[in-house]
Amino acid sequence: MSAVQQETNVTAKSSTATAESRAAKLMKRRSRVRFYEIIVWIAAIAAYFLLPSKMLILTEIAILALFAVSLDLVLGFAGIVSLGHTAFFGLGAYVAGLLALHYVAEPVTGLIVAGAVSGILGLLTSFLILRGSDLTRLMTTLGIGLMMAEVANQMAWLTGGADGLSGFSPGAILGLFEFDLFGKTGYIYCLIVLFIGTMIMRRIAFSPFGISLKAIKANPMRAGMIAVPARKRVVTVYTIAAVFAGMAGALLTQTTSFVSPDVLAFHRSADVLLVLVIGGTGYLYGGIFGAVFFTLIKDWLSVITPQYWMFYIGMLLVILVLIGRDRLARWVEYLPERFSKKEDGK
Amino acid sequence: MSDIVLETRNLKRRFGAFLATNDVSLKVERGARHALIGPNGAGKTTLINLLTGVLPPSEGQVFLEGEDITSLASFRRVKRGLTRTFQINQLFNDFTPLETVALAIAEREGVGHNLWKSMAGYDRIVDEAAALLARFGLASVMGERTVILPYGKQRLLEIALAFASKPRVLLLDEPAAGVPEDERHEVLSIVSDLPADVTVLLIEHDMDLVFSFANRISVLVAGALFTEGTVAEIAADPRVKAVYLGENA
Amino acid sequence: MLTILFDGVAYGMLLFILACGLTVTLGLMNFINLAHGAFAMAGGYVTVIMMNRYGISFYWCLPAAFIVSALIGLVLERTLYQWLYQAPHLDQVLFSIGLVFMAIAATDYFMGGQQQLINLPPELSGRMDVFGVGVGRYRLFTIIVCAVLAVVLQLILSKTRFGSRLRAAVDDRRVAMGLGINVPVVFALTFAFGSGLAGLGGAMGAEILGLDPNFPLKFMIYFLIVVSVGGTSTVSGPFLAALLLGIADVAGKYYVPAIGPFVIYALMIVMLIVRPNGLFSRGSR
Repeated sequence: MSAVQQETNVTAKSSTATAESRAAKLMKRRSRVRFYEIIVWIAAIAAYFLLPSKMLILTEIAILALFAVSLDLVLGFAGIVSLGHTAFFGLGAYVAGLLALHYVAEPVTGLIVAGAVSGILGLLTSFLILRGSDLTRLMTTLGIGLMMAEVANQMAWLTGGADGLSGFSPGAILGLFEFDLFGKTGYIYCLIVLFIGTMIMRRIAFSPFGISLKAIKANPMRAGMIAVPARKRVVTVYTIAAVFAGMAGALLTQTTSFVSPDVLAFHRSADVLLVLVIGGTGYLYGGIFGAVFFTLIKDWLSVITPQYWMFYIGMLLVILVLIGRDRLARWVEYLPERFSKKEDGK
Repeated sequence: MSDIVLETRNLKRRFGAFLATNDVSLKVERGARHALIGPNGAGKTTLINLLTGVLPPSEGQVFLEGEDITSLASFRRVKRGLTRTFQINQLFNDFTPLETVALAIAEREGVGHNLWKSMAGYDRIVDEAAALLARFGLASVMGERTVILPYGKQRLLEIALAFASKPRVLLLDEPAAGVPEDERHEVLSIVSDLPADVTVLLIEHDMDLVFSFANRISVLVAGALFTEGTVAEIAADPRVKAVYLGENA
Repeated sequence: MLTILFDGVAYGMLLFILACGLTVTLGLMNFINLAHGAFAMAGGYVTVIMMNRYGISFYWCLPAAFIVSALIGLVLERTLYQWLYQAPHLDQVLFSIGLVFMAIAATDYFMGGQQQLINLPPELSGRMDVFGVGVGRYRLFTIIVCAVLAVVLQLILSKTRFGSRLRAAVDDRRVAMGLGINVPVVFALTFAFGSGLAGLGGAMGAEILGLDPNFPLKFMIYFLIVVSVGGTSTVSGPFLAALLLGIADVAGKYYVPAIGPFVIYALMIVMLIVRPNGLFSRGSR
């Protein structure tokens, strides 16, 4: 081996080594905690102390946020436009209600069972969305949502029909924490579930699995050509999303002690899409930001115009699309990426 | 009896009334540097699409190492060692080259389904991705979004991505198209450096490249296999010249 | 039994007229327009206002419903829809849901949330006996009008210059532009025409389907079923799909009222799985 060759080998080796260490840094940077994430959770806890009279609306936000974050897995990651995500939310709500009414009043048990049952429905129905275009998926998800609503309506002996389920009250959480009249326990309970759920989904987002989902969304043909088994991944993520949507539904039941057929109504599927789109898709926290914004706006509108707030929600949707939701949702990128000194991979 | 790695039997593909692939029976030997040439519209890319499962054939079969893979999905073919590059870049626009290649390696290693461990935790995969990107001159841009890279870099990523799957049979659809002149030889030398038992099927218009790289050539005309032979045979075949000149004139 | 079949056919015919505009926007222009029902509702309310407030004859209301809905369609297409033809499907879905919400709330505001009733002209109300089968006069009228419309539609699409231009514009926008076809105008006219038909359907359907502000949401799924089951490559596909859906729905509500809608949705999902391109589509595309 000549000296020159040896030298080039050495430089090649060292450049590979720099590339490797840079790559490791870049990869770690991808998944590190962002500034806004910490703000979100601090704000959520601060709200508990600062807004003691607003527990109900805070609870509502937390539940909607969990529901929207779960939809983000399906829409923002796997790229599936679903018009029937509320099927899982509603099923979870009914399961939790029935469980509390007839069997166990302890909420965490109800939460887990509701998540599991919704997950099973998600698993079963996921096979229906594997084929076809956006349109067929839209129709299928819509159809499933409507079917669930119809089932709940017709099986009145079980679900209470149009009157819904009531007459139960949730027990103490884990047998320790009783729900109080002001909804303080309820809020903390929902917030903890939202936090754990978001952390789990966040972990999924940065795993090879999460990256492969985005690959399927970005370019299914290429994803297949690097050996991503798209169908299997979609089935898995749809099931996971259904579990969390079901849990969100269970939270609603447990904090309101009531299940109405409204949990399966079409407008809920549309609302949650709107929530996610306001906050931005594909990074999970969009669901949380969107839920805050949507709930506040809806609350404000329903004070001003109790009967016709739907009009303004519709207008919001139209404007959002015409302005370009990408542009609107990108505001989060302008937030500082890290609260400590920025270290670049370079 | 030679060792046939990739074979098609009476492969046909129709688009409406148009026969894009007409009864192609092709055999590719293990370790071959096999070139597929033919005038524009001869159905070369369609044939690659049929081989890799991007399109289903109307009739006929595809065999990989003696097994019928005609009805297998693309990702299963990749798992069996058959992969390709696309003539027109097929990349993930919002991914960085690092993420793109790391994902391909993760899928190859069978950890793509892991939803609990962060990709950053797979040191070996990240290192391998970095090394591969460095080899293709992409180290400096590995953290940029793919969509903002210059075309030449995207082209290199396209090829690097196929390498990440460590294929045993690699189908290259005009790999050098759009690669800057000075990097072209880089690309082909990387391809030439592949282990001898890796089979390469190359579609290319640049005849100099084909003649310097390939050891066997098939000529496709109007969807059908026109002729096949060694480089010397094809170079000397007046009919092949006629086909090309007829098209170029 | 035959009466049910007859009612089903009338219902199906109505669905066809209501949905066939959507076949074009959704199937050919590839725009997921969930607000299609809003145009139908507009036609319905035009009829209600004209008849009940001004006492104008039902027969005049039908063309008026067509024209008003078509105009609304034209204006919205020019101002809003046309920007979204190339947008992602998600944007189209959100946009059209937004329109639906606005339409529902606005209708509620101006007209109230109650069911609207119209008084049909005497010669159209009641039943008559045809070979021992009880036949609603109005349903017979509906069938005749819709059948004529279907035939006319088929002729327009296959025989006229406009039809061939539309098909060219839809097949390949760029090539059509190159051929000197004014694609935006063709699209706008088609959209307006489809909206107008929906309006006409809404006017005629006020009696059979009912009319209240929730109309666009209630029937959205039916329109989508007609399009997705019927496919979009022909006029006859959606037509047959609409007939089947109409008969199945009427029969389902009559024989198994408890699970009728359930059966419809289930059938639709099965259909979508088995034939994603529609039951009557020609080959795969």
